[in-house]
Amino acid sequence: MTTARPGAASSRLRPVADGAANLLIKEPGRFFGLSLDIFRAVFKWPFQWREFIQQAWFIVGVTVIPTALVAIPFGAVLALQMGGLIRQMGAQSYMGATSVIAIVREASPIVTALLIAGAAGSAMCADLGARKIREEIDAMEVLGINPLHRLVVPRMLACAFVALFLNGMVSVVGIVGGYVFNVMLQGGTPGAYLASFSGMAQLPDLYQAEFKAFIFGLTAGLVAAYKGLNAKGGPKGVGDAVNQTVVLTFVLLFLENFLISTIYFEFVPPKGS
Amino acid sequence: MGVEIRVEGLTKRFGRQTIWEDVSLTLPAGEISVLLGPSGTGKSVFLKTLVGLLKPDRGNAWIGDRNLPQLPEDLLYETRKLFGVLFQDGALFGSMNLFDNIAFPLREHTKKNETEIKRIVLEKMEMVGLIGAEGKLPGEISGGMRKRAGLARALVLDPEIILFDEPDSGLDPVRTAYLNQLIVDLNAQIGATFLIVTHDINTARTVPDNIGLLFRRELIMFGQREMLLSSEEPVVRQFLNARRVGPIGMSEEKDVSELEAEAAAGNDPGKLPPIPPQLMPSDGRVRPTQHAPGAWLRANGVTPPPGSFIDDLGRNWVDEWPRYVASMGAAPAGGVRK
Repeated sequence: MTTARPGAASSRLRPVADGAANLLIKEPGRFFGLSLDIFRAVFKWPFQWREFIQQAWFIVGVTVIPTALVAIPFGAVLALQMGGLIRQMGAQSYMGATSVIAIVREASPIVTALLIAGAAGSAMCADLGARKIREEIDAMEVLGINPLHRLVVPRMLACAFVALFLNGMVSVVGIVGGYVFNVMLQGGTPGAYLASFSGMAQLPDLYQAEFKAFIFGLTAGLVAAYKGLNAKGGPKGVGDAVNQTVVLTFVLLFLENFLISTIYFEFVPPKGS
Repeated sequence: MGVEIRVEGLTKRFGRQTIWEDVSLTLPAGEISVLLGPSGTGKSVFLKTLVGLLKPDRGNAWIGDRNLPQLPEDLLYETRKLFGVLFQDGALFGSMNLFDNIAFPLREHTKKNETEIKRIVLEKMEMVGLIGAEGKLPGEISGGMRKRAGLARALVLDPEIILFDEPDSGLDPVRTAYLNQLIVDLNAQIGATFLIVTHDINTARTVPDNIGLLFRRELIMFGQREMLLSSEEPVVRQFLNARRVGPIGMSEEKDVSELEAEAAAGNDPGKLPPIPPQLMPSDGRVRPTQHAPGAWLRANGVTPPPGSFIDDLGRNWVDEWPRYVASMGAAPAGGVRK
């Protein structure tokens, strides 16, 4: 008969407990700490305009075409799905309204979130991670320059700034796509499509979509900065950080989308209700 | 004149792993010190802790009258301006060419115009032998060149403290010899406090005024060069003479059975090799903080190993020193900062 060594079970459980503590307390704590430091750095003078403009241009470069290419089929699919449903219910004249509500309220921020996280966040994390493993970040700190103020703040704000315009672009491209499919393929009339716009949609729908896009941009920037600045273990470490950035940003953005939408409907009831 | 660094009871852990604990030492102002230790003993971590990039779990690191671990962020960034750090791979900014990399601290922290910046940058680039490579990007040059460019960048603000993280790694022996001479010349010229983290025994034996050795999570010994080079302490003796016989094993430390087997086999750590003369500045002048050869040994009644302090020309520097100092004269205290 064998007897268990005293304390053997607890020593086996220790890695599990450490892992759980790391996942639930330490990582969120460090992320929150870094976020606070970054927000403090936002108000430090002078603002890095040059870096902001360069980064905004870079983000535009990596996101505009993919966004447009995703937005067209996204708008078309929505129009096709809803077109069939609405025809079954005999409410074809409200096709434009449902399309604008679906695209402006939800689809557009979601597409923006996917592109901001997938294209901008990953590129930002790779850039910061590569600088981290090459000790450029350490060198910058030793030279008396705060890398959060110099590198992270302009990138995060550029991300949020470009997200506003991407959201606008997805809305326009999606609605145009929906119009084309509704009018050309589903036998809808142009007049009814356009006239029903204001039947259900309202201006605050656009405001909340833009607010979401801005928050998504900030979140993508923060996650990319957190993962990039904590990259370790050489080039593989940077690859892992990029991968984690994309996954974590997706999860957070979808969660934020749900929360903002819920709060929005509490404060702004749908038209006619 | 450089700034004194006083470390008291410094301890650093990563999670449950202790890197080193209770490290206390004083790096005297204006002197060159070397920190040695087998791979993985946390020498680079120590260096990063000294400059405030890592926060110690316990202890103080006084830079002059400022205790680095306790400083608020603004003062920490201010204090870091006293430092010049040469990182292992140079840590140059990949998006800038060498000229812009070296000019970066001047553009950030001074109000000098571009003509003046150009003069200073080219002067430092000449000092490290990089003239002609101003327009090259860090990705286009060799590791040795990146290291020299990193050194030039660390020097542009005339720092009071210069930290070198393995300046000789990846360099050929000839370039290492040039770099060692450059370090000694720089110290004579600017009088800053130098700390070199290295594995290179030749550098450790000939360049510094003081040597420290980290092993098994503690600072085994720190003191004047002659103290360590004449030490009978097994770890110090093994490391400074690059021998296999001693407590340091391939992975980290040897276990008791290995040491007993070594003793039973009659493995003798051998006689201490002669202490070489210390490297002099190229202009031949004595550095203001340089110790006279054999002074520590005489003061502590230690007999040096036979053949110590004799150079390639057969001169005994213990006998030669008073005449040499009288004929050459010492460099002015505090160096000759421009």
